[in-house]
Amino acid sequence: MSSAGPTLFLLGASHRTTPLELREKLALTEEKMAAFHGRIGTLPGLREYAVLNTCNRVEFYGVAESPEAIERLQSEFCGFQGFAPEEFARIRKHVAGPEVIHHLLEVSSGLDSQMLGENEIFGQVKSAYASAQQRGTVGPVLNRVFQKAFQAAKHVRTETAITEGQISVANVAVDLALTIFGELSAARVLLVGAGEIGEKTAKAFQSRGAGSLTVASRTLGRAMELATTFGATALPFEHVPAHLAQYDIVVCSTAAPHAVVRTDDAVAAMRKRPALPLFFIDLALPRDVEPGIAELANVFLYNLDDLAKIAEENRAARAAKVSHARTLISGKAEHLWRQVEPQCGGGVSPALVSPALKPSEQV
Amino acid sequence: MFGLTDRTWLWFAAAFYLAAFALGTAALRRERSSTGPLYLIVAIGFLCQNIGLYIRGLAVGGCPLGNTFEIFQFTAWSAMVLYLVIGATFRLSLLGYFTSMLAATLTAGSLAIPAWDATRRVGAFGGNAWIEFHAALALFSYGVFALLALTSIMFLLRNHSLKHKHLSGSFAFLPAIRDLDLIGLRLLGAGVVLMSAALAVGSVWWVRHPETVNLSKLLTTIAVWLAYGAVLGLRVSGRLIAQRLAWSCIVLFGVALLSLWPVNSSRHTLPTARLESSR
Repeated sequence: MSSAGPTLFLLGASHRTTPLELREKLALTEEKMAAFHGRIGTLPGLREYAVLNTCNRVEFYGVAESPEAIERLQSEFCGFQGFAPEEFARIRKHVAGPEVIHHLLEVSSGLDSQMLGENEIFGQVKSAYASAQQRGTVGPVLNRVFQKAFQAAKHVRTETAITEGQISVANVAVDLALTIFGELSAARVLLVGAGEIGEKTAKAFQSRGAGSLTVASRTLGRAMELATTFGATALPFEHVPAHLAQYDIVVCSTAAPHAVVRTDDAVAAMRKRPALPLFFIDLALPRDVEPGIAELANVFLYNLDDLAKIAEENRAARAAKVSHARTLISGKAEHLWRQVEPQCGGGVSPALVSPALKPSEQV
Repeated sequence: MFGLTDRTWLWFAAAFYLAAFALGTAALRRERSSTGPLYLIVAIGFLCQNIGLYIRGLAVGGCPLGNTFEIFQFTAWSAMVLYLVIGATFRLSLLGYFTSMLAATLTAGSLAIPAWDATRRVGAFGGNAWIEFHAALALFSYGVFALLALTSIMFLLRNHSLKHKHLSGSFAFLPAIRDLDLIGLRLLGAGVVLMSAALAVGSVWWVRHPETVNLSKLLTTIAVWLAYGAVLGLRVSGRLIAQRLAWSCIVLFGVALLSLWPVNSSRHTLPTARLESSR
């Protein structure tokens, strides 16, 4: 292994080391993402990069000409987000070489998700790659790594059935609703935010027989589009607080930078329906529902971290599948690394590579 | 029956209720459902209790409600009747477990304290079938309130599990919180109606024979009735809900049980041993 040359790296933070409060600060909204791309697009020494930005992680996959280029990327990101660099250094994940591939395969397969084996992440990784392609920030290394990672993730999912009976965010939400209401045939569901996760949640509620479905989105057109798809009704976004009392289940997944449902709104709603439970599922980051709402009687609030805990309780039962999946991933990661190493393995710092995956031992 | 005394049959009933409770506890520890076998064991216990109370009823020539032992047995019987109906109708998992626990406590506890069955009131109902009906209705309403207290405990557990995000293990067998609230409301309503009917039937006798009325008994009974009526009113109006409602029902049942002492006091008594026909 040479001491200089392009390096495949990963820099970022995820739910593994970063609590919800800090992830909120690190999250890149669509507008912020566009602005940030403008800043790092011309960063010296950064040959290729793709940004995976989800509720649970902000991760930069890239090829850098030197360690200094990675440091510059980190400084830019912290400066852009107003995040203390030393704080970021404490929570960050920074690896290079084969560990990047290994991590990407685990992420794509859902093994690194809060909801073990969940499907959404696969689409999110594809979307991150597509976005990078569109911006022209990926080159020969990342193209190969991402495309092969997708193939490997699909194989792992099929081979291990890791997603079978899996707890997606949407299904966990529906199961929780059943724990509160017993059955959903009379339950009125309000989806606030008409993004992908909202759509999946709507599908899950509909497939389990929810009584009625209403969609509210900042863009009324998008809300109406989704409402038409599901035979639901649309509600103007600004009417949400005033109409809360009419619903039993409120699923929030907006990209709003502030709370959409405030404690006062819930208090007013519960005055109109004191004996009926009101269930909030906050899938958004930053959070859409003020945490104080959970203190109200007959009101139940679950956020992303809460849903993850429920999934965690099922983790043990899936241990065998996970173990099999990890074995498959290790083999595929090593194989893929051997393919890309000549293009990006020259500058891998030994300190960033675990002994088990040192490239020199795999060739 | 079969040469066994009423108390022996009631011991059998207590043993079956205890067995059901033990089975439920073991199943919960293994995080498995035991609804079917538990229902069967409880039903056998209930059959034994019916035989025991029937023998006792034949011996006393009426409804066996003449002492603390009989009152506890009848309250347990009432709760069990309701469980066997409600449990099957509403499929309230864990209700059988809690009901068997309550029934085992009431039946075994009353059997274990001989003093409670050493004497029984003579002519407790003045030979009047309506007063006997009044007493039976009143105690049946206590059985309803017992079940209400149990569903309230289950409500508190489910609420705790949902608020604190503990949904696995034993909590997984608890019914949905909305179902518990609805069944609680129905039990509260049924209990108040039964107790109102009991008081209405009793008042006919009391008006005609005011000299027979024990004031402390009357006041205690009316206080319990008013308290449950107030809780029902507050629940219906939405001013007493969720945990506060559940705690109210639990505390009120405790008070109602304690009130049985003044209600059951000061009557001419006869040693139970003299009930020669009680086998």
